[in-house]
Amino acid sequence: MSRSFIAKNPSVLVFLAGLALFTLLVTVFSEGFGVGGLSTSFVKTLGKTLCLCLVAIAMDLIWGYCGILSLGHFAFFGLGGYMVGMWLMYARTEIIVEGALAQGAIPPTSQEVIDGIGTQIFGVVGSSEFPSIWAFSDSLILQLMMVVLVPGLLALIFGWLAFRSRVTGVYLSILTQAMTLALALYLFQNDSGLRGNNGLSGLQNLPGVSASQDVVSIWFLWASAFALGAGYVLAAFVVSGKFGSVIRGIRDNEARVRFLGYPVESFKLMLFTLTAMIAAIAGALYYPQAGIINPAEIAPIASIYLAVWVAIGGRGRLYGAVLGAAFVSLVSTWFTGGQAPDINLGFYTIQWVDWWQVILGLSFVFVTLYAPKGIGGLFDLIKTGEKS
Amino acid sequence: MKRLLLTCLALVCACQMIFAQSAAAQAPGPLQTVLQAHAKDVAKPSRKTIQPVIDAIVASGLEPVPGFLSAWADKSVWQRKEDGLFFIGEEVAKRTYALTDVDSGAVVAEVAKKELKQLKPNSGVRGLIATALVQFQLSDPNPETRAAALLAIERAPGAALLAPLRASIPAEADPVLLARKTRIERLLTIGYDEDTAARVAAIEEMSGDLGVDVRAALNPLVARKLNVATELPEGENIADILIPGEGDLTVEAAYDLLVAAEGVPPRTTPEMIKAVLADNINGGFVAGVPVAQFTDLQTRLSAYAKLAAAGQAPGLVNDAEVQSALDLHVFYETYAEPNAAVTTAAEAALSSISTRVGLNQSLDLGLDAISLASIYFLAAIGLAITFGLMGVINMAHGEFIMMGAYTGYVVQQVIPNHTASIIVAIPLAFAVTFAAGVAMERLVIRHLYNRPLETLLATFGISIALQQLAKNIFGTQARPLTAPGWLDGAWAINDVVSISYIRIAIFVLALIFLAVFLFIMNRSRLGLETRAVTQNPRMAAAMGINPERVNMLTFGLGSGIAGIAGVAIGLYAKVTSELGSDYIVQSFMTVVVGGVGNIWGALLGAGMIGTLQKGIEWLNPSNTLAAQTYMIIFIIIFIQFRPRGIIALKGRAAGD
Amino acid sequence: MSMNTLLEVSGVSVSFDGFKAINNLSFQIAPAELRAVIGPNGAGKTTFMDIVTGKTKPDEGRVLWGEKSISLLSMNEAAIARAGVGRKFQKPTVFEDQTVSENLMMALSADRGWWSVLWFRPKAENRDRVAELAEEVGLLDQLPRLAGELSHGQKQWLEIGMLLAQEPRLLLVDEPAAGMTPEEREHTTDLLVEVAKTRAVVVVEHDMEFVRRLNCKVTVLHEGSVLAEGGLDHVTADPQVIDVYLGR
Repeated sequence: MSRSFIAKNPSVLVFLAGLALFTLLVTVFSEGFGVGGLSTSFVKTLGKTLCLCLVAIAMDLIWGYCGILSLGHFAFFGLGGYMVGMWLMYARTEIIVEGALAQGAIPPTSQEVIDGIGTQIFGVVGSSEFPSIWAFSDSLILQLMMVVLVPGLLALIFGWLAFRSRVTGVYLSILTQAMTLALALYLFQNDSGLRGNNGLSGLQNLPGVSASQDVVSIWFLWASAFALGAGYVLAAFVVSGKFGSVIRGIRDNEARVRFLGYPVESFKLMLFTLTAMIAAIAGALYYPQAGIINPAEIAPIASIYLAVWVAIGGRGRLYGAVLGAAFVSLVSTWFTGGQAPDINLGFYTIQWVDWWQVILGLSFVFVTLYAPKGIGGLFDLIKTGEKS
Repeated sequence: MKRLLLTCLALVCACQMIFAQSAAAQAPGPLQTVLQAHAKDVAKPSRKTIQPVIDAIVASGLEPVPGFLSAWADKSVWQRKEDGLFFIGEEVAKRTYALTDVDSGAVVAEVAKKELKQLKPNSGVRGLIATALVQFQLSDPNPETRAAALLAIERAPGAALLAPLRASIPAEADPVLLARKTRIERLLTIGYDEDTAARVAAIEEMSGDLGVDVRAALNPLVARKLNVATELPEGENIADILIPGEGDLTVEAAYDLLVAAEGVPPRTTPEMIKAVLADNINGGFVAGVPVAQFTDLQTRLSAYAKLAAAGQAPGLVNDAEVQSALDLHVFYETYAEPNAAVTTAAEAALSSISTRVGLNQSLDLGLDAISLASIYFLAAIGLAITFGLMGVINMAHGEFIMMGAYTGYVVQQVIPNHTASIIVAIPLAFAVTFAAGVAMERLVIRHLYNRPLETLLATFGISIALQQLAKNIFGTQARPLTAPGWLDGAWAINDVVSISYIRIAIFVLALIFLAVFLFIMNRSRLGLETRAVTQNPRMAAAMGINPERVNMLTFGLGSGIAGIAGVAIGLYAKVTSELGSDYIVQSFMTVVVGGVGNIWGALLGAGMIGTLQKGIEWLNPSNTLAAQTYMIIFIIIFIQFRPRGIIALKGRAAGD
Repeated sequence: MSMNTLLEVSGVSVSFDGFKAINNLSFQIAPAELRAVIGPNGAGKTTFMDIVTGKTKPDEGRVLWGEKSISLLSMNEAAIARAGVGRKFQKPTVFEDQTVSENLMMALSADRGWWSVLWFRPKAENRDRVAELAEEVGLLDQLPRLAGELSHGQKQWLEIGMLLAQEPRLLLVDEPAAGMTPEEREHTTDLLVEVAKTRAVVVVEHDMEFVRRLNCKVTVLHEGSVLAEGGLDHVTADPQVIDVYLGR
């Protein structure tokens, strides 16, 4: 990734500048570091939105550019959250348990501490044993590696199986949806080793950090903004040049690319795995801001919403994905959070909490039918307007 | 002489009179005599003491015994305070009772209540009385009484019932009751006959029987009890010898048993060590060891050893000592039934029964799988038309199923008769979802032909909207769609295999759907035109077929069938707004696995997925969620080997 | 296989749902040879190309390639393409959302692995080669345009240009002249004849006039096997060929 690459892509610079400005403005008006005005929970919402923009970029890469409508990328997002959540929960519980045991007359052995942590974490699913998948949960470094390795490996295995057998188009979409469903159902079990439908909670509390949430929320905002910026640059690099040509070629006519001699399967597999990892990193930053992750987050519908964001924003262009994710998720939060005023028609009160889903679903149909380029298509109109 | 004769006559008369008088007033009848012999226990019966009394009463063999026993159980036996005699009393006027002699059955007096004491046997006693009554009821002329008596035996079997039951068999005229009597006689023989050979014979006779009652009779015989002793005792019916640490018996459990049985000192657990150490802290030290060092188990042990040596703690019982204590003992299981011949026969019979039960369970599982497959087939058949034939990915298909189910629910609100409402609901559900399908085809799908991914997304949007709409209208709680009464219950083939009528109905419905589908596709004009349009739309158009109309009708048909499937599924599952999304992935899997564009493929796909899911559930019965996970993984792997499904169209026709 | 054979297809059969699309077909072509394949609809021309390019696996038979006689049957489409088999489809298939120069750059012979493609940045020599190819097919002034905006004939040319950019040893060309003006056809013929001097070219064509202008050996396919082979005049005089073409 040379300097010339960014220089040649001014839109990337514009995006990075905009992102930096946004982050600075939020910081200035935050409770933790600035003059106040933005509540900490709203700062968290903005930080989470940046993570959603990042996973939307991953979705845009795989779908908008390569034509693979994956209904599984939110599962990778959730897995990333689980991986980081395991360390957060372990480390925090360790501090609590050590504190509690230190109250006793006899200092605890390390085994007693581990048993205590196990009881604390898994008591809710009637167990106290650490499942083997928690083997690395005491190490932040290893668990952070798991954030990309576990979803990456899952994507690699699944993708290898699916692409190798030439499953394409809607079949692949249905297969990815099935994978997501299988994962969600698996995690819903109490003996999945990840606390069943309780999920992992208390993730907003960073172990060993005494700073208030006002401050921590800004840290995460910056981390999310940095990840988003880096993800954007990476994605822009990947889609520029010949690689971008090849994956767009795969999207438009896979057989033709194959007859040009390109190993289509390995391109798809590489991109599928890469985007799964990006999604996982986004999830790993998202869930500490959300505070809790449970299997419902991974349900197939979440991945479908991801596709909705990208479609509304405009697929096949990176800023479109970012716009779509930011716009739709913020508006959704506004409508479903009960902030939107209800409309009283006299005979019926329209409650947005109830009707927002309906509007979202129908607007999605509308976008697909009449505005396949999404919000991003508006920019094309402005451009052509300037030309003429 | 004449005078003498008269005198004698007078004497006899007087004697007779005296005799008659005493019979009425003093001399008790035979049953009364028996009762008087146990007067105390009869008057104040307790469950513990009453059995010998009842036995004595029954053993008297007197004719009025059954009448007395049932009166006793009914709390209508009274004791006259004046002489302690028992009578059957009946209230004839207020606070006045007519007393009937227990032997003769004649009313002997009417007495005020205050001179009487009512016998109030408690429920335990009444149960024992009822058991005693059974043998009389077994030969009762009324068949219902006999059936009730048999039920009583089944509920509370006992050795005492065997002889009367046997005695009642030859005279039994009713064939059904005779069969029941014979069966119960066999079961009682197994449990209570004194003759070992007879018991073994009965066990062997019943060893092919799947009835739960047979297993209930056999299982107590082979119930095992874990014992410990220094030497294996003679003369006990030993089932097995266990070695601690091997098999199911852990060392800990074995030692705990030893502690309970022989009072040896318990194992010193880490918790006990910790507690003892905590009790002996002296200025930050325990036996000279600083408390801070107790983060290590070894340090704790050595400190404890010092305490124990100083007599401040019980001696340490470590693993080696536990093991040596265990080595001195033998652990064995005894059968509850002391007779070895009987237990051997019972074990053999149980194992042969369990083999047969296993076979029948597989049959039951097969039926379950078929019924699940019919549900998947029902859910998928509409999809086989819209997706399989037309290639349209309708993600709102599940919501059409849901609409059908809600239609059924609404119809039931209007027409309370369940049979009539289902008959109305089926065509109405078809009409509603047909209309919805046609509307969707006209408004959305028509614009997206040959853009499958866009179709998928747009129909997702519709699915989201419809689901929320249903939630807004009907709320989040499940709505009932009740099956007609004649579909309640199950067809039980034996005690293991049974299938509910509703599942049979769904299976039949699936067959009907298959037939209708085949008829429409192969015999009707619409089917011909649909096949023409799917194979070559331009050629079909050139032949004068209007592809738009055909597409619209075909899509409507597929959606309509989803609506009917919704009614059927609603009868079986709860109707919620998420009903459809529960089935959508499986439905697509069914079509994809079976092979797109082929109804037989959908059938095979449904069969495979149904069997698979039931099979995995059977292997891991506690966890149906895991079953679904593994099933999906299996399907992903299956598609590796047959990417085009079980029934694959080959070559150019399959397209790319 | 003689030293002078690039591709040898022998005894190949394939059937779809009972229909024998190719029936015991044998075919050979030299490293530098122009060959026309003709035949009525359903003769198996496209399926023959599918088999050579790896899209369809035959039920039986051998397909051997190059001096080392490698079997193409165990290779996938991409590997066969990398081995040097280029294919032009009947319908022009170019990447319409990308510019002419992107299309040509993608086809340009280079390492096809994803890693090297990811780091590939066009050098001056690559750009020169693209311009050269564009000039050859008459699209030099169209380089920055989207391929989708080109006319039908221009798309055909672009595809031929992409085929040449691959530098294949064997070109399979399916009805190249379809939808072209007479001048374009002439240009196409000249180009194919020129190309065939250094490599093998198989042209599937309906248009007898076009085939005549190619002036090369002709293979007639019928019902999945070779009916006749030789000069155009020779095969058109064959009574069987006449029967097949005129008899129905």
